[in-house]
Amino acid sequence: MSIIPEQLRYAASHEWVKVEDGTGTVGITDHAQQELSDVVYVDLPKLGSRVAAGAVAAVVESVKAASDIYSPVSGEVVAINNELITQPDLANKDPYGAAWLFRVKLSNPGELDALKDAAGYKAQIGE
Amino acid sequence: MSTSSIPLQKTALFDAHQKLGARIVEFGGWSMPVQYGGIVEEHKAVREAAGVFDISHMGEFFVEGPGTLNFLNGLLTNDVAKLGIGQGQYTLMLNEQGGVIDDLILYRLGEETYFLVVNAAKIDEDRAWVEKHLPSGVEFSDRSALYSAIALQGPKALEIARAFFGAGWPEPQRNEITRYSWNCQDVLIARTGYTGEDGVELFFGNDVAANFLLTLLEVGKPFGLKPCGLGARDTLRLEACLPLNGNDLSEKRTPLEAGLGIFVSLTKAASFPGKEVLQKQKSEGPAEKLIAFQIKEKGPPPRPHYLLFQGAKQVGEVTSGAPSPTLGSGIGLAYVEAACAGPGTTLELEVRGARVPVEVVKKPFYKRPV
Repeated sequence: MSIIPEQLRYAASHEWVKVEDGTGTVGITDHAQQELSDVVYVDLPKLGSRVAAGAVAAVVESVKAASDIYSPVSGEVVAINNELITQPDLANKDPYGAAWLFRVKLSNPGELDALKDAAGYKAQIGE
Repeated sequence: MSTSSIPLQKTALFDAHQKLGARIVEFGGWSMPVQYGGIVEEHKAVREAAGVFDISHMGEFFVEGPGTLNFLNGLLTNDVAKLGIGQGQYTLMLNEQGGVIDDLILYRLGEETYFLVVNAAKIDEDRAWVEKHLPSGVEFSDRSALYSAIALQGPKALEIARAFFGAGWPEPQRNEITRYSWNCQDVLIARTGYTGEDGVELFFGNDVAANFLLTLLEVGKPFGLKPCGLGARDTLRLEACLPLNGNDLSEKRTPLEAGLGIFVSLTKAASFPGKEVLQKQKSEGPAEKLIAFQIKEKGPPPRPHYLLFQGAKQVGEVTSGAPSPTLGSGIGLAYVEAACAGPGTTLELEVRGARVPVEVVKKPFYKRPV
């Protein structure tokens, strides 16, 4: 069983987004970090770059493999979490908190409607 | 994800894995545990104490009868005549071009009885190849479906085996195989492994498999024994530079290119498939070699199929790569041009469009303290 906070929106590809004042904070879910286990390296998008919903925006590497991380929303990257560069294992310890990946200034808030709520994501992963 | 429509096979230990909380993945047509607690935790357990792996998916062949020695010497690369009863050797089965069909361990169980342990994904191909060359008088049987097997590996493995079987157990020496009875069931005990640690591989019937594993885990608990999955098995074997068929070995690569020349006897009288190609390659020197390399700075770990460069020139391709839990940096195996294969050579690894400096190092990355 994994933790699935009620207030977040979820992509089928196991990312979460939290929206505040038109900016979305993106990370990977507890289920995703459990599947990956032992995160050892994170590649983040460049500050100021543009990401598109459903397109690869970051890479999280575990002992097993390199996994593409898809942005759940489109827009400009306004912040990246440099803490993860030096402490990639935060992704395993605090996936919804200290291990946020990047923040996006939403260019199309309507995209949020296509994402799942906690119940929808819970159903998807069969928990 | 597997796109195959053939249902995945399950070992006799599948239910036990689920009880132990394993995360299950597809591997070589089988549903296998990739990890229980976590790959790094399991990796460390094997380096520092002991771990147990389900290796039931591997194939078990028996070859026996008059003429078996000559038959196997004409099929496999190593010199079978060197094996006394109860001894084993790592060896390879090649195609006519010298490419690797499979790497395996051959044990001599009796005067003219031999036991072969082959890779799971290659069972069908290996069986067909053996049967194709089988002379009359030599009996071959594929008993893969009847056998379960586990690998008990780590510095505490032998102590645990002694506690499990009892003090009177027939402890095999390195590469030896013995027979013993556990709960009235026949068990083959081989002092071999795929982790770079000391340990044994145990072969027994499917019906006792779950009881065997769960009892062993109970006995091993005070020693720090942990169930381990394929994830840790891969990082452990990579640190020890033990090749994985399908990654580091293939039908396109010879054992000489793979650096496995010591397991190829070109001086034995018997001719085996690929021998002439290897003789030629040995005299000329292989154009490409399997090397071990390490990421020099903190950076992304290498992965299979990443490319290696020297300046603008592409000189090789990665076949295995992962972050090394023991070394704390990315390590890998790659085929590179022979001129770039010397330890100390600096190459560049391409990772998602960026270049990362790596150094060719002496094999293996990890050698257990003696």
